Amino acid sequence: MSAITFPTSSTWDRVKGYTPPTRFLPVIATLALFVGLFGAGGVRYDGLADPQVLLSLLIDNAFLIVLAVGMTFVILTGGIDLSVGSVVALSTMIAAKTLQMGWSPYLSIAAVLATGTLLGLLMGLLIHYFDIQPFIATLAGLFLARGLTYLISVESISISDETFTQLAFKTVYFGEYYLRWTAIVALITVAIAAYVLARTRFGRTVYAIGGSESSAMLMGLRVAFTKVGVYVISGFCASLAGLLFSLYILSGNSLHAVGMELDAIAAVVIGGTLLTGGRGYVVGSLLGVLVLGIIKTLISFDGTLSSYWIRIITGVLLLAFVVVQRFATRRQS
Amino acid sequence: MPESPTLVQRVVRHQLMWPVLALVALLVVNVVATPTFFNIRMQDGHLYGNLVDIVRNSAPVMLVALGMTLVIATRGIDLSVGAIAAIAAAVACTRIVGAADEGAATTAIMACTYALVVCLLLGAWNGFLVSVLGIQPIIATLILMVAGRGISMAITDGQITTVNNSWFSDLASGFVLTLPLAFLVAVGVFLLTALLTRRTALGMLIEAVGINPEASRLAGVRSRTIIWTVYAFAGLCAGIAGLVIAANTNSVNANSLGLWIELDAILAVVIGGTSLAGGRFSLTGTFIGALFIATLARTIPNIGIPSELNYLFKAVVVIAVCLLQSPKARAVFRSRRGGPTVPTGPAAPVPAKAGSVA
Repeated sequence: MSAITFPTSSTWDRVKGYTPPTRFLPVIATLALFVGLFGAGGVRYDGLADPQVLLSLLIDNAFLIVLAVGMTFVILTGGIDLSVGSVVALSTMIAAKTLQMGWSPYLSIAAVLATGTLLGLLMGLLIHYFDIQPFIATLAGLFLARGLTYLISVESISISDETFTQLAFKTVYFGEYYLRWTAIVALITVAIAAYVLARTRFGRTVYAIGGSESSAMLMGLRVAFTKVGVYVISGFCASLAGLLFSLYILSGNSLHAVGMELDAIAAVVIGGTLLTGGRGYVVGSLLGVLVLGIIKTLISFDGTLSSYWIRIITGVLLLAFVVVQRFATRRQS
Repeated sequence: MPESPTLVQRVVRHQLMWPVLALVALLVVNVVATPTFFNIRMQDGHLYGNLVDIVRNSAPVMLVALGMTLVIATRGIDLSVGAIAAIAAAVACTRIVGAADEGAATTAIMACTYALVVCLLLGAWNGFLVSVLGIQPIIATLILMVAGRGISMAITDGQITTVNNSWFSDLASGFVLTLPLAFLVAVGVFLLTALLTRRTALGMLIEAVGINPEASRLAGVRSRTIIWTVYAFAGLCAGIAGLVIAANTNSVNANSLGLWIELDAILAVVIGGTSLAGGRFSLTGTFIGALFIATLARTIPNIGIPSELNYLFKAVVVIAVCLLQSPKARAVFRSRRGGPTVPTGPAAPVPAKAGSVA
């Protein structure tokens, strides 16, 4: 049959018969969910269909996007990083404290990024060279970063440095619409991460480790370098997210970002990345963050629903994605 | 003389030696910092003192850790216990506030029973996801961890609910036979669990499932039922812990109640020598682990460090315990020191200390 119909197929037949590769399906599902939520919200509430709402989503969730990017790398190797929320808090605190002590803002930014990267490196070394489960090693990281935050200051410190406040409110205009610099940093991070994962040797090794670590090892890939590397990336992204968060909130506080690691993990999973590793895209994580963000926006537009519904709806979405993933992978294997 | 080396060796090699040693070391630090640390006095028919406070404060972590021990023994993990504790407290407190007679004993009992049934169901839900749908435990319980605090806030309508029921607050601050009731409840659950798992085949079956679920299923073990049961049990334990925490402050704050208790519980289990790889568990180890965490929380302010730095010390403990358990790390240290006989050398004075506590 197919031998007869195939040569005579018109362009329309090809469009009709086009099915995207199955590996893109989860990301497409997330995109459809986002468009659906945005569309439904636009019909229901006045003013939500404004493009500026979309740009504000990027601005308000810039730190979460960066966090989710780092988490995607870790989850793709089959690991998990519970420490990111605490590292965000530590970053805001280091930034606030060093600025208070009169450091140059650039030195302060460098200190924040170095601390996060170093913490990630330490966790990666523990995980790879001492065979400690990622979950437990990053749990130690969670406690360590939160403890260090308290060590610096138990009180909240506000940020009043001029360079920081200027950076925080730096805006790019597109006609009548605008985007903050923080959002642009987040989008650049997504672009770099997508390039690294899709086009570099490091990225391919990340996917290979997630597929099967022992196979990757036997293939002669640089497993040790890559496995430690993803935690370094995650630590760096967490501290960068911490910087964006301190620009967003302009204070350092040891109670910042409690439970933010859960939001990041949820965004990655909703973005279609397999929690067992080996499959997923950074773009999916970006869409996952946007889905969480649009839910938040819808709830605030509605006004009658309380904010705790965000958590319940996130949980339900997480459940739906995990169960669907489970059945999808079961059918293939 | 001839039998004493074997006794030393037996004590040194006993799996509980390290946790007990760590606990003793912490207590010694406390006594050095405050010589009157061990003082216990009798007042109004109750015991008062630092040690009594420690055992009282250890109750919630101990309860959660008991459930967690069995879950970890099946090679699982339960991240949702903190959220379940918050739900239990929210259910119980709203029931008490909504009851016709807020201060009555029956109100408290009914509310607690109701809350525990809810927790049992939530635990069973986790068990369903893990055993029937076959989702990884860490992911399956993550769902309830994310949604649970939202549910708890939905129950209390986002408010901090305060209750006024002396029977309920007795759960945390009451004393029975001069001992804190909260601790007795924890010990009761502990003994019951020990009886059920160690005096019947249940403990062995749980360990079998942890070693290899498929093989144990082929050997005729109902691994699915067992996994389901341990998660339901973990939910129940978390629920009791949540009630104790809520009773301690006579209120429930859905955002902060039981925050990070899952991490403390996992820490207690790991300190107690239960491997996260499953297949083997030590309830006594968990008991000591929970006491260790409560003692640590007491030690830090006692030696003059702000209590918020607790986390820093916990991080050090997590890393130390994991390195001690990691075969790779052991191999590294062994090759540095030259020979596996090292651990027995400096441990000679240990049994005396360990013996005095036990």
